[in-house]
Amino acid sequence: MANEPDIQSDSLLTVEQAIANLQGADLGLRVYAAWWLGRFRVDAPEAISVLIAALEDEDDRTEVGGYPLRRNAARALGKLSDRRAVSALVQALGCSDFYVREAAAQSLEQLGDRSCIPVLIRLLNDQVPGTLPAPEPPQLAQPFDAILEALGGLGAVDAIPLIVPFLDHFIPRVQYAAARAMYQLTPSPQANHYGDRLVKALANDDLQLRRAVLADLGAIGYLPAAETIAQTLAENSLKLIALKGLLETQLQHTTPPNLSQGAIKVMTLMDELL
Amino acid sequence: MTDSLVSLIRAVEDADSSNRLLEAVENLAAARLEGAIPTLISALSYNNPGAAVAAVDGLIHLGETAVPFLLEQLDAHNYTARAWAIRALAGIGDPRGLVTLLGVATADFALSVRRAAARGLGMMKWHWFPDNLLEIAQAEALEALLFVAQQDEEWVVRYSAVTGLESLGLAIVQAHPDWRSQIQSQFEQIALNDDSWAVRARVWMAQQRLQTESIVQPRLEEQPSPLSETDWQMIIEKLYDRKGQERLVFAEGDPRRYRELVVAIAQNPKPV
Repeated sequence: MANEPDIQSDSLLTVEQAIANLQGADLGLRVYAAWWLGRFRVDAPEAISVLIAALEDEDDRTEVGGYPLRRNAARALGKLSDRRAVSALVQALGCSDFYVREAAAQSLEQLGDRSCIPVLIRLLNDQVPGTLPAPEPPQLAQPFDAILEALGGLGAVDAIPLIVPFLDHFIPRVQYAAARAMYQLTPSPQANHYGDRLVKALANDDLQLRRAVLADLGAIGYLPAAETIAQTLAENSLKLIALKGLLETQLQHTTPPNLSQGAIKVMTLMDELL
Repeated sequence: MTDSLVSLIRAVEDADSSNRLLEAVENLAAARLEGAIPTLISALSYNNPGAAVAAVDGLIHLGETAVPFLLEQLDAHNYTARAWAIRALAGIGDPRGLVTLLGVATADFALSVRRAAARGLGMMKWHWFPDNLLEIAQAEALEALLFVAQQDEEWVVRYSAVTGLESLGLAIVQAHPDWRSQIQSQFEQIALNDDSWAVRARVWMAQQRLQTESIVQPRLEEQPSPLSETDWQMIIEKLYDRKGQERLVFAEGDPRRYRELVVAIAQNPKPV
């Protein structure tokens, strides 16, 4: 609630200036410009080109060898719906920096291009040479949650046998990502088993985890979760976003302006959270 | 203070974990005691969303007695606490919160505050207003909500303004059919053009409700206004300050030109 971005000051940057900054000498301005182009959905062809080029940047390095500019460029490209970015993002899945790989997996899911599935599967199996683990504990080998979510979102049914073991991963966040993917990859009645797993996870004691599960349930639009979402101990803003995901899924089943019983139920719950 | 109130408050003050705090605030809120108000207000700034929700619920149940405390809280610098206070104010629907809600619905920096205020504008206790003040108050709420529904950049705030317009549309129907058609034509625009399908869907639901509930039954069981003449006078002054800042010019013959008359009528309300 207190950490909303200051949009007014960000708007002072222009598209031309941001594109110029991204190619300039000032590393701080470059990183910021990459974020800005994604935040304001600047999908001009020139913006895409400079962001793709930034995925190979060698100038901006952290002490432990991370690539902050590449991370921001990868995140921005996911928001810009231009498939020219796909092959560069697939390359970025092999980057030594854990967080570049995480951002690339998320962006590839957003772009909806299935050509990255084989590389995602190799990454899930930790079979991509030169990829370093996360720098902080528990030093995961790969950004498993982002990879699992991408496989689910992209409909990678062949990956199911590889995903199942992650339902019991020692990190809850990874378990939930696996359940989310399994829900998306499993036919309807059996899929609810995985949806219900996520609903149960809303009772977790850890607020961070409850927030993550809210996002997962919103992403899969799992209607039976509606009431539990509304009652979860978390910020109303996040519950509303999750319920919006359920509502939008309901709207796909009816012709406007008709509303399903499910849609009406979800909106009634949303009204109470405003 | 009763013993039970003292121990409920002490439980909040002594809570040493976020779950204990939540439980203590829930218990205090459930007691529905006026003496709990200051403690519930401070629970709004604990950075514990669960406790804040419980405190807001408790304050809404306590209703108008909590309003002066909430208005005071709005001046505080704690941003999150201010947002929760506005949420409680919106839920109570007390006319003393009207001008605050009008201001923040259209201009607050935080989307959660604009969202709560837009919802609250529609849920105002309109039946408490003296007749001649009702018209200007509803006109202001309508103008603010139409603006927010069309202009706010956040889907959830526009969604909230749609719920506000729906409630307002149901409340004003008999007195002002022209206002209702303004709401309906705004709804038609949103249903066609809004970027968010959730907002469009909420409009479809509001359109159905306005169609089926065209006659609002008078709500018999509701209590009359507990507000004093001084309260109403302050509301009127704040409303006119607001109008003055907008530099709006009313047409000749518009009843809103006659400020003194409105004040005089509000100071001598009809017997209830």
